[in-house]
Amino acid sequence: MKISPAWLREFVDIPADYRKLADDLTLAGISVESIEDEGARTVYDVDFTPNRVDAMNHYGVARDCAAIYDRDLKPIAPVIPSEREPQASSSRGTPTAQFKIDIQDPQGCARYTARVIRNVRIAPSPEKIAQRLELLGSRAINNVADASNYTLQEIGHPTHCFDLDLLAGGKIVVRRARPGEKLKTLDGVDHILHPDDLVIADAVKPVALAGVMGGFDSMITDRTRNVLIESAWFDPASIRRTARRHAMHTDASHRFERGADLGITPTACARVADLILETAGGQLDPYETDAYARKIERPTLTLRRRAVRRHLGQDIPDTEIARILRRLGFVVTVGRTSAAVPVQSAAPASKGGTHAAAAEEMADFTVQVPTWRLDVEREIDLIEEIARIYGYDRFPNTLPGFVGGVIELPDARKDAKLRASLLGLGYHEAVSLTFISHADAQRFSSATPVEIANPISEEASVMRTSMVPSMLNMLGYNLNRGNAGVRLFESGKIYESMGARTDEQRRLCIGSTGAAIPPSIHAPARQCSFFDLKGDIETLLGSFQFNALYYDANTPDHYRPGRSARAVMDGATVARFGQLHPQVAAERKLRLSAQDIPEIYLAEIDCERLYRHDLRQIRYQAIPRFPAVDRDFSFIFDRTIAFERIQNAIAALRVADLHALVPVEIFRGGAIPAGKYSMLLRATFQSSERTLRDDEVALWSQQIIKSLESLGGTLRSQ
Amino acid sequence: MYTVPRLDDYSPDALDKPVADLTSALEQESSAVTDEPSWKEFRDHWMARKNGILTQINDLWLKAAPSPRKREVGRRVNELKAKVEAAVEETRERISGAASQAKFKSDALDVTLPGIRRPLGAEHPIVRTMNDIVGVFKAMGYSVAEGPEIETDYYNFESLNFPPDHPARDMQDTIFLAGQAHKPARDRLLLRTHTSPVQIRTMEKQKPPVRVVIPGRVYRNDAPDATHSPMFHQVEGLAVDTNITFCDLKGSLDHAMKSLFGSSVKTRFRPSFFPFTEPSAEVLISCIFCGGGGYQGAARCPNCKASGWIELLGSGMVDPALYGFVGYDPEKYSGFAFGMGVDRIAAMLYGVTDLQLFFNGDVRFLEQFS
Ligand SMILES: [Zn+2]
Repeated sequence: MKISPAWLREFVDIPADYRKLADDLTLAGISVESIEDEGARTVYDVDFTPNRVDAMNHYGVARDCAAIYDRDLKPIAPVIPSEREPQASSSRGTPTAQFKIDIQDPQGCARYTARVIRNVRIAPSPEKIAQRLELLGSRAINNVADASNYTLQEIGHPTHCFDLDLLAGGKIVVRRARPGEKLKTLDGVDHILHPDDLVIADAVKPVALAGVMGGFDSMITDRTRNVLIESAWFDPASIRRTARRHAMHTDASHRFERGADLGITPTACARVADLILETAGGQLDPYETDAYARKIERPTLTLRRRAVRRHLGQDIPDTEIARILRRLGFVVTVGRTSAAVPVQSAAPASKGGTHAAAAEEMADFTVQVPTWRLDVEREIDLIEEIARIYGYDRFPNTLPGFVGGVIELPDARKDAKLRASLLGLGYHEAVSLTFISHADAQRFSSATPVEIANPISEEASVMRTSMVPSMLNMLGYNLNRGNAGVRLFESGKIYESMGARTDEQRRLCIGSTGAAIPPSIHAPARQCSFFDLKGDIETLLGSFQFNALYYDANTPDHYRPGRSARAVMDGATVARFGQLHPQVAAERKLRLSAQDIPEIYLAEIDCERLYRHDLRQIRYQAIPRFPAVDRDFSFIFDRTIAFERIQNAIAALRVADLHALVPVEIFRGGAIPAGKYSMLLRATFQSSERTLRDDEVALWSQQIIKSLESLGGTLRSQ
Repeated sequence: MYTVPRLDDYSPDALDKPVADLTSALEQESSAVTDEPSWKEFRDHWMARKNGILTQINDLWLKAAPSPRKREVGRRVNELKAKVEAAVEETRERISGAASQAKFKSDALDVTLPGIRRPLGAEHPIVRTMNDIVGVFKAMGYSVAEGPEIETDYYNFESLNFPPDHPARDMQDTIFLAGQAHKPARDRLLLRTHTSPVQIRTMEKQKPPVRVVIPGRVYRNDAPDATHSPMFHQVEGLAVDTNITFCDLKGSLDHAMKSLFGSSVKTRFRPSFFPFTEPSAEVLISCIFCGGGGYQGAARCPNCKASGWIELLGSGMVDPALYGFVGYDPEKYSGFAFGMGVDRIAAMLYGVTDLQLFFNGDVRFLEQFS
């Protein structure tokens, strides 16, 4: 909202230039975001916090200035007709009956003040008013509408002017809309009203959406002769519901839904009348109608010096406390008065927490809250007022004492270990948005996705059920831009709908395409392969403690069969990885160009399952003092014999001094018959206690040969 | 080529000249040696047992000397022998050094060519910044906590003192989950708009003293552009105990900002509004780019828009109403809370002008952070 410092100075003597004033206001919680223009045309752009509806006008800001600079605030004094020249035209048949206001919904409308002015001359506003409105970014319309708008800028209370002659039945009814009722508002939009909408109606029909916008059919026009001024107080929640329901946000609704000033309706009404009489002429009916449907009591609060100190950490002199609150319009009495309510407990649920001492304690101040401060209801609210005007800068910086330990997140060390390994393996850490499309949710997971009611886009309509679509999007982003070598990992969550509940699970996803070893002038690149990825998976899983780990080819269908695997650790699948199915890559156009279609590798690690395992305990093993003996075996196997079976067969021999069994070379084709492969295996024997004898090694070698022959292997050479 | 003369006179004075001649011949021949074969020739000429010069002087000078002079001649011959041996050894060293130098020269690498690198992965700037922030608070005694990203209305709003239909909810454009209409308002699910629900969850679980720092992802219904993202990151903090005051809030955050951005950074607190804190404060730090002066040389500092200050955190004393929701005695306990947007801080620290760069996985962006 725009605020003119020149206007502020009409209400309070400000001992600061406009720059200093802007700073001082900002440090008191009225945030001046920018300053436009200079001299009399200087305007502040002010960002008001939603609790300070009382300050969203010039008089309200001036009140804060009065507190900041400890100056008097001039009263708002509309020149009401009895103080003007005597009504000259009493001869011209002025109606004498008081206009009737019928508040049928006291919950929605607590107070409705109205005045009637007759025989106005609708014309443009005088320069002074038009210019001021335009300076504040508000368009001048005509003298009557502008009077209402000017009053809004001046003292903040929203008012509305009706063309009295267009109100049927000579009365105003404040009620909820009836089913099927319609209203065209000032902006020309037709609304079908909801039975919860509070409306201003005449004897027959709604004429305004209460507290939001006036009706089109009763608005002030060039033909208007007689005017009804409305100055009312509407219930914040009701206005908010209606404004949201009709997607309207007006100056009026903004203020009413934050809590307007119940006490100011007659002043605002008189001020509008004052301005209309001044700018549009006419005669004011002698009656002010002030319908008061419901009293809203402002609380009397107890303010304890001890509480000020307990929250703020510093004593503030009594005179300073009283001065600040009085300047803001609070009525302050030192000591407890009989009218004072007991010390309020701020906590609705704190049962039995009442301190006997607190009840006995003498209240240091009794504070009556003014009608315009609906946000002040508790002692702590007063303490905030004191702190902001006293000045946050005046409180010293201190550090609280603390005894206790620092507790990390339960998986912090596991997370850090995996992250450090991945960074060391050359994967860049990525973060992606956690939304995916319905189609992707179905494609990559069988989980029921969590649906978003108001998604950013179709492509982001559910929470991800798999990390894969996010990763593929990132890989695609890179390929589309010609980034050929991509190695990424993302640590994040997937989300699943479980009936009324939702579940969030930790996952780690790796995506890679292009070179495993980047090309240099010294050596060519080597493209990423399944076994590069598997090696990285082995490294990551190897950080954990487990009894048994095996790999098999059981993977979901977004992986390429024969180039993908899962890792099963102590019976639970902890990782799935391998080449992305070329069909999926094609569907998502994962390619550098029509000709250049690189292989994409993916890995998904289930952190929830993996983290059930502890990090591997490191124990030093004595370095062997006796020499190792290697024996090589070249075998031909049927291609259905997986290496794992060879390993298991040899492990089953339980040769205690077999230190390692490594596959050294593998051949297919050439001299090797179709459907077979040849493998060179190297067994390393070593004892920690003695040098092994040739006959022992020979015996073990025979056992190995026999066990491999039992798998159908044929020994080629030894 | 030098040949050993026979001597007529064995007096000491007369010996001087032949000794000098021999020495100079030795030096001359030594310096003429350039490679292994010529060195061998040189060595043999002087040291060969058969007919080498040392053998010759032994025969021609020492053996031929008359008895009274033998002692003197022997001394001179021994000296020469040592000299020759040293010269032969020095010459060998000289020519072998030259040989390896020639080899080193011929197979020299161009050391200015790039090395073979095994590229390291880069930490994501947001994760890195978040870890830095969390680390500062851990060092100040804060434990780490987290909570779900899908929250109930109760934890995200109601228990944080945002009543239903309250305008303060407008400050946070919320992403709601579908299919919630049949539930009571407080049980309806949404994507948390801040990490603050974890304050409530933490207080529900433990009695004071509480000191937690809460990193996490949060969501707002903002279309993605250079300055907005529907998903971003926050670090939140909470300290509740007996006797925690507004001065402690100021001191703690001032200390944390100095730890994060350097000891010369100053903080400024100004009133603000959050439903769950009272009094509330916005925390600014003196601009880390222009030192708070607002200008870099003659140019307006773009980072602080020449104001010298950068808004960094929201904070405040925990509103006593929250204690009612978690069963703390508001007359006994007080505390403060704070929160900051990690993405914005990372963008500021690294000069990133488009938030979307953080989330699209572009390796040309990410690799800059390794
Ligand atoms: Zn700056």
